[in-house]
Amino acid sequence: MTWGLFFTQALNGLQLGVLLFLLSAGLTLVFGIMNFANFSHGSLYMMGAYFAAAVYGWCGSFLVAGLVAVPATLLLGVIVERVALSRLYQRNHLDQVLATFGLILVFNEVVRYIWGPAPVYLNVPEALSGTVDLFSLPYPAYRFAIIGVGLVVGAGLYLLIHRTRVGMLIRAGAANGTMAAALGVNIPLLNTLVFGLGAALAGLAGLMAGPVFAVRPGMGESILVLALVVIITGGIGSIRGAVYSALIVGVVDTAGRAFLPGILREFLDRSVAQAVGPAVASMLIYLLMAVVLAFRPQGLFPVRHG
Amino acid sequence: MARQPLSLRFWFAAAFSLLLALVPILAPLIGQPHYVTMFSRIMIFGLAAVGLNFILGFGGLVSFGHALYVGLGAYAVGIMSFHGITNAWAQLAAALSVGAVAAVLIGLVCLRTSGLAFIMITLAFTQMVYFLAVSLTQYGGDDGMPIPARSDLGLLSLDHGAVLYYLIFAVLMLILYVAHRVVHSRFGVVLSGCKSNERRMIALGFPTLRYKLSAYVISALICVIAGMLLANLTRYTAPAYLNWVASGDLIVMVVFGGVGTLFGPVVGSAALVIVEEALSSFSLGLPWGMDDLISTHWLGLLGIFILVVVLQLKRGLYGALVAREQGSN
Repeated sequence: MTWGLFFTQALNGLQLGVLLFLLSAGLTLVFGIMNFANFSHGSLYMMGAYFAAAVYGWCGSFLVAGLVAVPATLLLGVIVERVALSRLYQRNHLDQVLATFGLILVFNEVVRYIWGPAPVYLNVPEALSGTVDLFSLPYPAYRFAIIGVGLVVGAGLYLLIHRTRVGMLIRAGAANGTMAAALGVNIPLLNTLVFGLGAALAGLAGLMAGPVFAVRPGMGESILVLALVVIITGGIGSIRGAVYSALIVGVVDTAGRAFLPGILREFLDRSVAQAVGPAVASMLIYLLMAVVLAFRPQGLFPVRHG
Repeated sequence: MARQPLSLRFWFAAAFSLLLALVPILAPLIGQPHYVTMFSRIMIFGLAAVGLNFILGFGGLVSFGHALYVGLGAYAVGIMSFHGITNAWAQLAAALSVGAVAAVLIGLVCLRTSGLAFIMITLAFTQMVYFLAVSLTQYGGDDGMPIPARSDLGLLSLDHGAVLYYLIFAVLMLILYVAHRVVHSRFGVVLSGCKSNERRMIALGFPTLRYKLSAYVISALICVIAGMLLANLTRYTAPAYLNWVASGDLIVMVVFGGVGTLFGPVVGSAALVIVEEALSSFSLGLPWGMDDLISTHWLGLLGIFILVVVLQLKRGLYGALVAREQGSN
């Protein structure tokens, strides 16, 4: 194992972590503020990627694709929230799970109907198609761009939530929705706004992930489960938790897949290691989540009330 | 009212069970022998849904991960059969012990949370075991593997469709009876107490975690048995048995049938499997290629159907019957 490989894997982990952060930031706000189980968040991510791929295929500009895909996902999120999901806020979690499960099926089939079952390709933009030398090791520039976008969005989200009036209202709604409503805050409007923000972030994640992963029906579910692990580990409703635990989950998952089979080979028989390595590597983040929950059921960085 | 139990809902359940009992006789008569397989599937998923309902309906804990235990049962049969152990009792013992250990460990971690977090964490654990199953390349990996031989039950040969059918039927009836007794026992009453107000139950001195964990393990083991039967029916085991859609389907069945009713999940399973069959082989000769559209994209229609049921029909199909009855009393 060389330092170069180590750095590359660390950056890969960071990049996965950033994508997970984009996805889980909106999700954790919806979970925390509306106490709503939105399992269809992954579908919004998928729709973002498809919108981007469609626009990119039409005009060939990644920037335009982004400028269209993110607002389109935002709009889609707002429509879905207004038409179907906002009626479920007062219902029990079971109904919410079912309704969003139904939505996932609908979105997957809509995508399959419009774009077909085969993966659609979204190319890396020209300007970012090269590599950057890092300690004399080439690393794709586009992956740096993902990390950069994630950092900018993270900083923007921090400013939005802690330094603006809207952010103050979001925090008030999260801390005590009923009280905020009694003080005259338009909670339904705030809910729609938060949901739309989450959808836009999911769309952005879909856009950025498009060139790295395949854009295909059902792409949202596997990453949604990772985002759920992030949220549980970080603490439901906590943006700070989402940041840290997205990075932890991203790095642990990537490092586990990259290094664990090799490490196991040192201790175990080669054939056993070959069989066990990938299995344990894919289970690693869930084990991490289980350990965190066993010691801190409220997550690593729970929301501070008061 | 001493005759209270013999209500509309009782007669409905009895008629439905009678219908299930007669399927292998009626199906060849109406020239549709494949109904035997279809109703075998209905009963197996009904059994798994009864298991899920045990914790979801009576315990109030929404598990989005019970396909995990169905998959465990199926893989237990598959892996043991792969290594030449086909004795049904040995398979049952192994599957139940592995299932119990897994359910205790996973249950202990999951039950530290409640509400939303419980839903998410059960889903996450199922996904973990799904990836574990995918990485078992020796046992088919992503594609799954055919099972060399069905479980060996001595005199009864499960290779005969009707024998397997009546075995599934008998297991379903037995489990329904046991579930009925458990729900109406002291244990069941304590469990439903935890559902309505756990804090009060703790104040009364009940060790609620122990009760909830027992309920979780019982419901998991019912799903393990359903998984073993499923593997015997399809002679195949695959990671698809335990992915998140399978877990979602089980919840849909419970809700369609009516949460917290004993027989409801079986009705829900029948409703879902029949809707699935009807939509995926849809051909009514509708114009503009609608038939083809519906049979390829039936999952989307199912999604819309689920949305409508959730938004409009709050108590499920069988649950609506119960509600009507309670309203008329």
